[in-house]
Amino acid sequence: MAFGPHLLLATLEGLVSAAVLSLTALGLSLVFGVMRIVNVAHGEFFMLGAVLAWAIASTLGGHPALGFFAALVLSPLIVGAIAWASERLVLSRLNYDPEATIVATIGLLYIIQQLALTFYGPEARPVAPPFSYRLSLPWFGYSAYKLSVVAAAIVLLLSVWLVLTRTKIGLVMRATQYDRETAQAFAIPVERVYAGVFALGAMLAAIAAVLIVPISQAHYLMGQDPLLLSFIVVIIGGLGSLRGTLVAALLIGLSDGIVSMFFSPTLAKMIATLLVAMVLVFRPQGLFGATQR
Amino acid sequence: MRDIAPARFYALHLAVIAVLFALNFLLPAYHHGLMARILVLAVFAMGYNMLFGYAGLLSLGHSMFFAAGLYGAGLAVVHLGWGAPPAFAAGLACGAVLSLVIGLLSLRTSGVAFMIVTMMFAQVFYLAILYFAPWTGGDQGLVVPRQARVLTIGDQPFDLADPQVRYLTALALFAAVLLACLALVRSRYGRVLVAIRENEERTTMLGYDTFSNKLAAVVVSGTICAAAGAAYALLFGYVGSNFAGVQYSILPLLWVLVGGAATTLGPLLGTLTMYYVIDVASGYTTAYLLVVGVVLILLVLFFPKGILGSVRQRWLGWLP
Repeated sequence: MAFGPHLLLATLEGLVSAAVLSLTALGLSLVFGVMRIVNVAHGEFFMLGAVLAWAIASTLGGHPALGFFAALVLSPLIVGAIAWASERLVLSRLNYDPEATIVATIGLLYIIQQLALTFYGPEARPVAPPFSYRLSLPWFGYSAYKLSVVAAAIVLLLSVWLVLTRTKIGLVMRATQYDRETAQAFAIPVERVYAGVFALGAMLAAIAAVLIVPISQAHYLMGQDPLLLSFIVVIIGGLGSLRGTLVAALLIGLSDGIVSMFFSPTLAKMIATLLVAMVLVFRPQGLFGATQR
Repeated sequence: MRDIAPARFYALHLAVIAVLFALNFLLPAYHHGLMARILVLAVFAMGYNMLFGYAGLLSLGHSMFFAAGLYGAGLAVVHLGWGAPPAFAAGLACGAVLSLVIGLLSLRTSGVAFMIVTMMFAQVFYLAILYFAPWTGGDQGLVVPRQARVLTIGDQPFDLADPQVRYLTALALFAAVLLACLALVRSRYGRVLVAIRENEERTTMLGYDTFSNKLAAVVVSGTICAAAGAAYALLFGYVGSNFAGVQYSILPLLWVLVGGAATTLGPLLGTLTMYYVIDVASGYTTAYLLVVGVVLILLVLFFPKGILGSVRQRWLGWLP
């Protein structure tokens, strides 16, 4: 293949990973922004979404589209319920102390990972895509499903943005983020907002996972890379800044897709991680972020 | 704490060391081997405790300091053909230099950012080990040749792979680090660290340079962890990339939390407890990480001070 089409292919692949990454990172960013806690178990919610998608699709059987869309609805709901329960049972009792919550979410990470290994097993399993149409470009054929993932991610991101900026729920969330105590004084049920945001963040990760699972398979360790990449995106974009998260997800997703097609993936990951650590050291507000209060 | 005679502290710690020495002759073979490993890993936990317990800095990247010692010593033996003592020194030097560089960079941040930055640097270190697989053995690791694992004192060679020698060498390292930590936390410097942990701004206002004090804490902590890593490579003869992974950054945190942060004997107690909990649990189930997860959550919920921290709070206020 010539260089031009090769680059186009890499860009398309990059767009798909950027779409999934931005959804996952947005979940992490929302939780950090509103609750000021770092959820290390975020990648495990992603993994859980994919594993549940496989379980639901394989239980239902029938046409692939039926199983897939059932998974797209049910899996995020189940993951959201688990996140909500763990927030109520553990995180809220820790008073959202940053260090204690990090330790607790590390514990959660191990628990979810081991339960997945015990009940799901170490194999990687695929979910059939709802449709298997291939677009034939002049140089290569490309899966239409992958492009629909990008479209779905754009729709979801837009709706999250609309909810945040145009609705009462979004206003309540932003008020809680801005000043927890004052929000409480204005009769905003801060506790419920926190539980809701934590569940919402996990659900976004689960949706991203269901979307990606027909492309890459479900595996009990699949949460590790999205976690690290989401951290990278959230840091580059500025902790808690929504617009920055989107720009950074696009940047990281695209460059990850393109770089890993031309260079060794280990080296690419190494350099990216080092660069991000340096950003955090020398520009803690992120490259695009507004300065934190 | 000043009014209590320091003799009591040293008596307690020397008694612990004496018990461990006696165990060398009493333990059955299986537990004897396990205990040697626990002593080395307890040194790792003590190094972590210096930074987390006393200076109050939660790092999620300490596996890189352990791995720096592990690979510093292991690679010096495998590729340069060095003997055990210079290889140990090489491991220490690697840990000291690495922790100085990491400290200078990561201490510019604080709080959550510090945790993430240390985790990322450790991830870079881990990926670097995988990337330079021709030298490091990648994810297969390296075996340190047995003929290099010999400590010659005078004219008498000691084979570090021999269980007795291994246990006593591990105990010697443990004892040296334990007493050094005790002296350190009781010194002026140790008190400054605690002051920084409790209120950094106030400590700055009292005229202390908190940055260089914290930097020194990172270097001391990193070097102790590297000592544990170097000893591990020489005593157990295996150098592997899994020791640089995230899990080995979490484990010392877990051990210190179980035993009690900011207690000198907590790291040993925590390592011992968790090692045996996991040992017993893995007899019933392969999912021992589940145990780690549950213990972590139960600890932060109900036992944030750990075993010795609670003992100190309830009964023995003088415990160092």
